[in-house]
Amino acid sequence: MVGLADTIIQGVLLGGLYALFAAGLSLTFGIMRLVNLAHGDLIVLAAFAILALATWLAVDPFVALLVALPLMFGVGLGLQHLLLNRTLGHGILPPLLVTFGLSIIIQNGLMQGFSADSQRLQAGAIETASVSLGGGITVGLMPLATFGSAVLVILGLNFLFYRTALGRAFRATSDDLEIAELMGIDHRRIFSLAMGVAMIVATIAALYLGMRANFDPTIGPARLLYAFEAVIIGGLGSFWGTLAGGVIIGLAQTIGAEINPEWQILAGHLAFLFVLVLRPRGLFPRALD
Amino acid sequence: MASERVSLHAASYRLAVTTRLSIALTVGSVAFIAALAALPAFATRDLIQDLIFVFYMLALAQCWNLLAGYAGLVSVGQQAFVGLGGYLLFALTIFGGLDPLLAIPLAGVIAALFAIPTGLVVFRFRGAYFAIGSWVVAEVYRLVFAQFKQLGGGTGTSLPPFVTNEIAGIEWVRALFDVRTPAARDIIGYWIALALAAGTIAAVYLVLRSRRGLALFAIRDQEATAESVGVDNVRTKLGVYVLTAAATGMIGALIYLQKARISPDAAFAVLDWTAYVILIVVIGGIGTLEGPVIGVIVFYLLQRYLADFGTWYLILLGVIAIAIMLFAPKGIWGYANERYGLELFPTRRRLVQS
Amino acid sequence: MLLQIKGLCKSFGSVVAADDLDVTVAPGEALGIIGPNGAGKTTLFNLIAGSLAPDRGEIRLNDRDITAASAHQRCKFGIGRSYQIPQPFESLTVFENLLVGAVHGRGLAERDAAAPCADILVHTGLIARADTPVRSLTLLERKRLEMARALATGPQLLLLDEIAGGLTEAECGALIETIRDVHAAGTAIVWIEHIVHALLAVVGRLIVLDFGRKVAEGVPRRVMASTEVRQIYIGIEA
Repeated sequence: MVGLADTIIQGVLLGGLYALFAAGLSLTFGIMRLVNLAHGDLIVLAAFAILALATWLAVDPFVALLVALPLMFGVGLGLQHLLLNRTLGHGILPPLLVTFGLSIIIQNGLMQGFSADSQRLQAGAIETASVSLGGGITVGLMPLATFGSAVLVILGLNFLFYRTALGRAFRATSDDLEIAELMGIDHRRIFSLAMGVAMIVATIAALYLGMRANFDPTIGPARLLYAFEAVIIGGLGSFWGTLAGGVIIGLAQTIGAEINPEWQILAGHLAFLFVLVLRPRGLFPRALD
Repeated sequence: MASERVSLHAASYRLAVTTRLSIALTVGSVAFIAALAALPAFATRDLIQDLIFVFYMLALAQCWNLLAGYAGLVSVGQQAFVGLGGYLLFALTIFGGLDPLLAIPLAGVIAALFAIPTGLVVFRFRGAYFAIGSWVVAEVYRLVFAQFKQLGGGTGTSLPPFVTNEIAGIEWVRALFDVRTPAARDIIGYWIALALAAGTIAAVYLVLRSRRGLALFAIRDQEATAESVGVDNVRTKLGVYVLTAAATGMIGALIYLQKARISPDAAFAVLDWTAYVILIVVIGGIGTLEGPVIGVIVFYLLQRYLADFGTWYLILLGVIAIAIMLFAPKGIWGYANERYGLELFPTRRRLVQS
Repeated sequence: MLLQIKGLCKSFGSVVAADDLDVTVAPGEALGIIGPNGAGKTTLFNLIAGSLAPDRGEIRLNDRDITAASAHQRCKFGIGRSYQIPQPFESLTVFENLLVGAVHGRGLAERDAAAPCADILVHTGLIARADTPVRSLTLLERKRLEMARALATGPQLLLLDEIAGGLTEAECGALIETIRDVHAAGTAIVWIEHIVHALLAVVGRLIVLDFGRKVAEGVPRRVMASTEVRQIYIGIEA
């Protein structure tokens, strides 16, 4: 019993990490239907940015994060403004190929700058600290903090999306681009801001990615798939759905790994396909695709 | 209008597709393929190996072009069938004792059989979801094949020398060209690759000339209208999906016959078997039969002269992918076609008065 | 009856687009449908042609239940449609646009489809443009193509959605001539149109829709004179 409860708790907490990977994607995919194949690589780029800043300024990764956040916001803004906005509106292929190209550039650029070696963000004692939940179950502080951050990020995105003027513009462009234009909304500006916000979330995700495990320039695409799976399971435009999607992938992976360590990733993918065959539009779709 | 009705008798119209030029070019292409088949008599082994690469990338590009450029199925998961074909070749030759020449077409048949249930899953998805869904399915294939310990599990395995050295016809090729076994192996691989590339182009062209081709053009331009004039969109797309899976499976089998070493990560690599293939199609011109031919030549030249630069070469490929999509989304042939109305493989149905 | 619709309902969230509709069309009949924007006219076409599934109700064609049939099947059963905003196959020629329907909708071999397609092109005044890519057509030609493409499928029932909208008076007159020819050849027509005088030149019966409901039905002149219709149409068509 303890074993099962432990597995489920670990799975849910792992889902928090995947929800963090996915939250930024949920925002951009939900608003502009942009299939950003470089999202995973952008998270890895953010992790290297935190690493470089932490080393260069000789500070904690958490402090480095504060410097990295505005930087990555700018990267998102610039990327959308200069490049990605020009790929939208002509079907799925242009964003697909452009972000594929971007993915290759980021991966190999990082390879050039940082080599293919594995890296890690050193966070000190928190890495190994754990809390007891009673009943013989203990959970690591780091997974707990990850999940807590995921919930906070989702709360923040929901607040932004439903309670602010920017969020209103986000929703309007998401629902109907033409009507949003008639309302005087410059959708290109809105898209750029959305990508900026998505990169802020990606940078938070990068912090946990880098502190929890080793990373190298090539691990982006796998994270991208988990993130997309969470977004699609959750349903287009639903942030809580994205969290639920992350948790489903995390649970499936943890349970799969419990049965056979080699089945971890496979179990996550199968859970995704299973949910989508039953509910092709995801569990909680807000917007129409 | 009344005068038109008097002067024109509709029954005197008939349909035409080919032109004099295109017929001449078809004859020319057949002669060109025959010349390529005779090439091993003169060419160096390096050139033969390079051409094998060119031919299998061309065949893959034609398959993806049919899927995405005509049927609107933008798949990011075709590596599923490359890897499947490769693993089937290994399984059929090592455990089944089949000759590779037999194993390759059989791999195509089995890949088509796999494509039916796979298609039923991924066809639940549309547009962006289809792209991601097809990628996830390919990852499932990779992870499942990593479970087969007899085929090397996650680290992969090599093709035993007896499989490639005893391939049918190798003695004949050795005698004919007076070469050693490894070179004779390459020549047979070259012929298979040439046959697959030419066969894929011919198959795609025949599909486009058939009534299914007409349905595909309609689906490409306007899905809802196609359905409203009697086109069964789902069935047409599923047919294309299964057909390209069969071809892709055969190409995968050939690729891994040639490489003689397989691992899940290489055989199901999204970069090699889908991203580069998309790049080839888009450089040349998506939705045209001629485009992939041009694209593969450009891609080959880039690789031949720049691959030594390693990461910088890959960054350059990324930049090219972005630049093409932003500045020349129709590709090289797309522009030539628009500007000069050139069609080597005509599919345009014209109404001519007889 | 050629077409029989019973108790058809369709809602989009809180918007009711079809509210317990009953409609019948006899073989060879010409029926007009009018109503203000958002009355559910195009939705009705989408339900008849099979690009939307109803929430409730039944659709029969030649006494065969086609409620669950897909759009391409309904085309093969004999329903052809045009779209309000022309939706041709842009990269194909005019002739090829017709050929798709003749081959897939009517089931002809490509070789045998050339003559019937040419015949339709002659009748719709598009024959001179047969080998022209659609993207270079004028609006009138596009409207004609919408109808020609539907005719190529060999329909018993032709659904025309605001095919006269946006045309000049002279163009409209020419189009009416063509539609009359089609009707005279025995094809039943259901025509949605805002340009009422064009409609009245062709149809023998009129249905008025509002909020997904049938508010009037009958002989066109009498329907147009009814107070309900006048209320709806004040300011639209004096």
